[in-house]
Amino acid sequence: MKRLLFASPVIVALVFGAFFLWGLNPERDPNSIPSVLISRPAPVFELPEVAGTGVPGFSNADLEGNDAPVIVNVFASWCVPCRAEHAVLTRLVAEEGVQLFGINYRDEPEDAARWLNELGNPYVRIGSDIDGRVGLDWGLTGVPETFIVGPDGTVLYKHIGPILGDVAIRNFTTALAQARQAGMT
Amino acid sequence: MITRLLFALAVVLTSATIALAVEPDEMLDDPALEARAREVSQQLRCVVCQNQDIDSSNAGIARDMRVLVRERIVAGDSNDEVLEAMVARYGNYVLLRPPFNTQTYALWLAPLVLVLLAASIGIAVIRQARRKKHEKPDELTAEEEDALRSVIDTPPTTETRQ
Repeated sequence: MKRLLFASPVIVALVFGAFFLWGLNPERDPNSIPSVLISRPAPVFELPEVAGTGVPGFSNADLEGNDAPVIVNVFASWCVPCRAEHAVLTRLVAEEGVQLFGINYRDEPEDAARWLNELGNPYVRIGSDIDGRVGLDWGLTGVPETFIVGPDGTVLYKHIGPILGDVAIRNFTTALAQARQAGMT
Repeated sequence: MITRLLFALAVVLTSATIALAVEPDEMLDDPALEARAREVSQQLRCVVCQNQDIDSSNAGIARDMRVLVRERIVAGDSNDEVLEAMVARYGNYVLLRPPFNTQTYALWLAPLVLVLLAASIGIAVIRQARRKKHEKPDELTAEEEDALRSVIDTPPTTETRQ
């Protein structure tokens, strides 16, 4: 009993130390919000086209039955990081041959069309989510966000924020490769 | 004219006490439903500002969430059903008050367990101390008594005094 009492400061220090170690882990992001969509079917939605972009709108049915996993990217012309991310997505489409769907979140069609005319359009389909309702259904916490959806319409991966920087790009391409591999077996 | 101005002033002054994020065009006409919407909104976390409820948040997504809450309430959902609809989109994270389930037992029960643990350790320590105080020391054996007496009775020698 007495020995336990003397050991207690050490035990307390160890417990607190372990807690601090966990808390100081640079990989841990206390602001990250776990998505409930992962491994679940994409939400039911139907979005009209964004006038002037020349690509059709899409619904959740278009995310099912594809040959390979597809990417769904939520973007807006008013979103500054989206502009930087646009180049990454364009390269991803060119290099990986992946189908890229866009949800144009709370954006005026003219602005979106002008933005895409200026930067180029890597999207096969773009849906106009002008009132942000579909964004809510996807559990959106900000723009941009990017999802990987499997051929059966299941959401496999979610990236919050722009896919920028080596770490984010590597994480995303790894997730995409894994999703493709899972689809092959 | 003056009464109208006074009325406007009164409205402005009374409403200034509460920080209003809920904009007039969001509000429901039925005060009872609006009150329920406010109550539900205060239990939902804004996913942008994170530690603020959506009722007091000015973020765009918080506004969308408030509108959705009101739509569901008008459609006849109970308060719990509205909360469930939000959890379906954002997970338990969106609830400012975490639910009591298998994932959160540790969260809810840890304070109780820790208090009980601390109390039982405290009581044990106090009891032990008290027992020691009341305990009479063991009686000396006959030999010890003799030895003690001989020490007491022997007059000190000069050597020991040094």
